[in-house]
Amino acid sequence: MNHPQSPETSPEPLAPGQRLPESERKEFSPEALAEIQAIMAKYPDKLAATLPALHIAQREFGFVSLSAMKAVARAIGIPEGHVFGVATFYTMYQKAPVGKFHLQVCTNISCALRGAAQLLEKVCEKTGVQPGHGPSPDGMWSVEEVECLAGCGVGPCVQVNHDVYDELVDEKKLIEVMEACKRGDYRPWAH
Amino acid sequence: MAAIRTKHDPQLYTFPGFGSDKYPNLMLRGAGDLDNWHLKVYEQKHEGYVAAKKALKMEPVAVTEEVKASGIRGRGGAGFPAGLKWSFMPKDTPERKFTRYLVCNGDEGEPGTFKDRAILEYNPHQLIEGMIIGGWAMQCQLGFVYIRGEFLWLIEKLEAALQQARDAGYLGKNILGTGWDYDIIVHRGAGAYICGEETALLNSLEGRRGEPRVKPPFPAAKGAFGQPTTINNVETLAAVPPILRMGGAEYGKLGTPKNTGTRIFGVSGHVKRPGLFELPLGTPMDFVVNELAGGSSTGRKIKAIIPGGASAPMFDEKDFDCPLDFDTVKARGSMAGSGGLIVMDEDTCMVQATLRLIRFYAHESCGQCTPCREGCNWMEMILYRIEHGEGRMEDLDLLAGLTPRIGLRTLCPLGDAACGPMDSALQKFRHEFEHHITHKTCYAKGSRLLAQVGAH
Repeated sequence: MNHPQSPETSPEPLAPGQRLPESERKEFSPEALAEIQAIMAKYPDKLAATLPALHIAQREFGFVSLSAMKAVARAIGIPEGHVFGVATFYTMYQKAPVGKFHLQVCTNISCALRGAAQLLEKVCEKTGVQPGHGPSPDGMWSVEEVECLAGCGVGPCVQVNHDVYDELVDEKKLIEVMEACKRGDYRPWAH
Repeated sequence: MAAIRTKHDPQLYTFPGFGSDKYPNLMLRGAGDLDNWHLKVYEQKHEGYVAAKKALKMEPVAVTEEVKASGIRGRGGAGFPAGLKWSFMPKDTPERKFTRYLVCNGDEGEPGTFKDRAILEYNPHQLIEGMIIGGWAMQCQLGFVYIRGEFLWLIEKLEAALQQARDAGYLGKNILGTGWDYDIIVHRGAGAYICGEETALLNSLEGRRGEPRVKPPFPAAKGAFGQPTTINNVETLAAVPPILRMGGAEYGKLGTPKNTGTRIFGVSGHVKRPGLFELPLGTPMDFVVNELAGGSSTGRKIKAIIPGGASAPMFDEKDFDCPLDFDTVKARGSMAGSGGLIVMDEDTCMVQATLRLIRFYAHESCGQCTPCREGCNWMEMILYRIEHGEGRMEDLDLLAGLTPRIGLRTLCPLGDAACGPMDSALQKFRHEFEHHITHKTCYAKGSRLLAQVGAH
């Protein structure tokens, strides 16, 4: 958060003012647009729909790319700059693709006292992915080191995508969780 | 889509004697029971919506008076009297009608705190009832519940609970025949600790970056969407129905005279039975840690306890008997904060623990105020080099000199929060920092709190 990264990294950065090619333009599905419209109507001010709309964009497009942010700005009718600012401020908007199962390991103090650091290393070893380095080659896993997930009493804890946490995770439990992912017991990312 | 939890959670919520007159269970009723969130269960087993029906027959001012009489202090961390906060809301006059909002702060992100999650999981209707009573007392038009983005399944559960309440006529138009219209909107956050600060939360609710605002104007004058707003923690609002049911004066007899009622203490770290314990304020810390949580899980002596979530300065052995209420904890140099007790045993390296905490603040600083944005990063870098055997003795004076330049010099308390653990660790465990600098290794053996992977 304190070191924001550019929203989308490209090998050939665009010059200021240069427009993105039309082919990269993203459009919401009509259902998603209707959902955003309904949210805008709920709040006293349409700007308040920015966060919910970005969540919808993440669900629709898999991650919040620059073109997804632009789609949000168009859908709500607010300046693009505002949406870029909001999307890059919050850590839950993934600005790069993640795996089908995004494993978030809390390594904050309460979990760390119960072995979260060792767990994170195990997760990286088992998935072959480093935190913050994108998904595994098969697109199955990605790993993120996150701050307190409010599971302190049952740490160390791992959250798979946005479902219920898995508590008291040791190596055995981690293998169970990964098997459950492979079986499809968890909702895949962006579903 | 609906992800109502079906998996049992291994958390401890109760202890022998819980539910008796000495340890009343006002907020954790039925916690651990996965069916407890239904309206029917809440109404049949837990006197559900009795307080709301009672409150809606009273004058709004009388409801606020009742909450004032209970003496309840905000459970989010600052401990400000909740009834007084409610009375700051402007009243309608013949010349001017106000649009007022009530906001519930469910952005639980303080390390060591996990109480709001339990209320949302097992007693969402109690929160809804509290919000109805608060909304009536302040004559609000709309209520918002701001919940951190990671709690998606709890948001889905709360939405389902809200729908049950709407169907039963507790929300919507003309509630219980009073002619009062009120509804509650759930707003999902997106991963920012700073949004737990009330004005940052308002910005986030309005769809902006979660940056704290300059006060004044205070939220009671100009809050969400420019209208008068009151922000209360989940636990504070969940305590309102019991207050109305029992009567403010009766509730005020719990705890100590200036710190009334019960609160949920979360115990985590090196204890045998970590969990949530609802206890009257003023319960001694060693009783909670040793009796209820079972004492040290490793068999080693307990070295330090953080008494109120990560932001509170640490206590060492001589303060373990401290009664847990707002005033005594403050008088002993820490803060009761959010009620999260983090227990560390003898083998915990305090340099690593402090580095882990400061890294959190450096990561979560919103970047608005220079002292916090730069200062937290500096502290992290200095601690990093001490931890990795490149520290110098002067670094300790540098760290001690940094905190007064961060604390109380920022818009919100995040800067002060970072100084709490830093200062206290340096004062109470200075020998560990010195050992790290001279011997280039930990004073406490066998502790490893930092992962060898990741970007740091």
